[in-house]
Amino acid sequence: MKIAVCIKQVPTRDWQPRLNESKTWIREQDTTYEMNEPDAYALEESLRLKEKHGGEVVVCSAGPARVAQVIREALARGADRAIHVEDDGLASADAFAVAGALSAAMKEEQFDLILTGLQSDDQGFAQTGVILAERLDRPHATIIMEVAVDGSTLRVKRELEGGWFQWIAMPLPAVLTIQSGINQLRYATLKGIMAAKKKEIRKVAAGAASAPRQKIVSLYVPEKQKKTQLIAGAPAEAAKELVRKLREEARVIE
Amino acid sequence: MILVIAEQRAGKLNRASWETIAAAQQLAAGRPIVIALPGAAGAQGASAELAAADVKEVVTIDGPAVEPYTPDGYTAALKAAIDQLSPEIVLLPHTYQTRDFAPKLAARMDRALITDATAIKSAGGDPAFVRPMFQGKLTADVVPQGPSPHFVTFQIGAFRADQAARGASAVPVRAIPVSVDASSVRQKPEAPFQEAKQAVDLSQAERIVSVGRGIKEQSNIPLAQQLADALHAELAASRPICDSGWLPMERQVGSSGQTVAPKLYLALGISGAIQHLVGMKGANTIVAINKDADAPIFEVADYGIVGDLFEIVPALLAALKP
Repeated sequence: MKIAVCIKQVPTRDWQPRLNESKTWIREQDTTYEMNEPDAYALEESLRLKEKHGGEVVVCSAGPARVAQVIREALARGADRAIHVEDDGLASADAFAVAGALSAAMKEEQFDLILTGLQSDDQGFAQTGVILAERLDRPHATIIMEVAVDGSTLRVKRELEGGWFQWIAMPLPAVLTIQSGINQLRYATLKGIMAAKKKEIRKVAAGAASAPRQKIVSLYVPEKQKKTQLIAGAPAEAAKELVRKLREEARVIE
Repeated sequence: MILVIAEQRAGKLNRASWETIAAAQQLAAGRPIVIALPGAAGAQGASAELAAADVKEVVTIDGPAVEPYTPDGYTAALKAAIDQLSPEIVLLPHTYQTRDFAPKLAARMDRALITDATAIKSAGGDPAFVRPMFQGKLTADVVPQGPSPHFVTFQIGAFRADQAARGASAVPVRAIPVSVDASSVRQKPEAPFQEAKQAVDLSQAERIVSVGRGIKEQSNIPLAQQLADALHAELAASRPICDSGWLPMERQVGSSGQTVAPKLYLALGISGAIQHLVGMKGANTIVAINKDADAPIFEVADYGIVGDLFEIVPALLAALKP
């Protein structure tokens, strides 16, 4: 089975945001990056499917030169080769532009199955995988917690809200967006890291950019919804003060 | 005209549909609002309920393409409905179902889709939609670009269902015909099910102590349990903790777990990703203990302590001793 997994490079979880001059995007030079977490689960799932059914796993990523970092990491974890759609403009692009760039680069490969995370931890559109399916004319399902392949048929467990699930069958080739927690992640071994250095990363130029579908007119630190009373002091004093306030002010404990 | 796409499952209206109607009424500025309900044949109660809204009319979409739900069927049927109705803007609740089909629908029509909006602002005459970015660390005002209709989805809880204006009398309900080629629907869904009977009903808990990534290791869970016991609280968690198997899934709070509204919600080492906040921001009193002063959880907290939970929790246990 020929499997593609689309991964995105996003700011690290403990990154402190800084804004650019026009306050419409982040200061990228101050940013540290890592693999988008739901995409890491999609990568793991694709490696498990390959181990079960054979074939190859191809990592696909759209973004500036820096995304080579997460591509190498995916190759070190066991992906076979990579396609990098390289373009500086894709760093802040909307989901239509990213899905458009990926679909153009992926079309000729005729993948049996395309996996990606359900959304990214940067812009959080939760759109790219679904738009990719539409652009490639493939059936899709989202927020997937289990994947079973039987010949040319796919059966997947989709998460609904509030603890409900649903099984869905569809023909291959198809596109799935993967929910975090579907599996337990593996980490790269030293052997994997060495092997990754020899694996192919095919660079593809992004085609003509599609017209942007959304424009960020202002980016800012969120306004507080509530006035938070921050309790300062050494742990023992702060804890005492919090307990006092919960008893006497909020009256939520006895 | 503004089109609201309501959501029902097994004939029962998703309450978030009313929140989207409230958003539409705020955005309308005199423009008519139409509510579309797909899969209405088995949901007459839901369409009658929607007819109470202060809108122009309710249109229902029936047929095998929309019952049961599939993204292929919904995309084809809703595109046909939108082509007939010609709305300027299409609003939807940001449910898992919307997330499954709306990007496909917008891509097929080649129109803008703004997801997970929490508020509507004006940006030089055009509406701007406010949405969280970077895991809630930043907020963006976003203006859709390109030709109409623009699609916008609203975060659950961003607007209040009880603020949707009701009309003096019920508005007309009419079915609009859509024909969809059955062979274009490729997904075959089975009946929804629950994994296990929910043994723990967190929605009824008066007090909840909830743990997130800041708890670091499974071996630290008993510390949180001690605090829960001392507060006569239930223990709950954010998604990553349940994904790791440190607590059972039934103790998960958030969009994929339970929605809770206790008197006290004490968040230990929870950063406050939006998927978690939607499940707990209805709590009366929220306490956040986190080492990161910029964590989004502090935006909804009434009381906060910025610090190391491994120092603060033992201090709290000491302070709670009679």
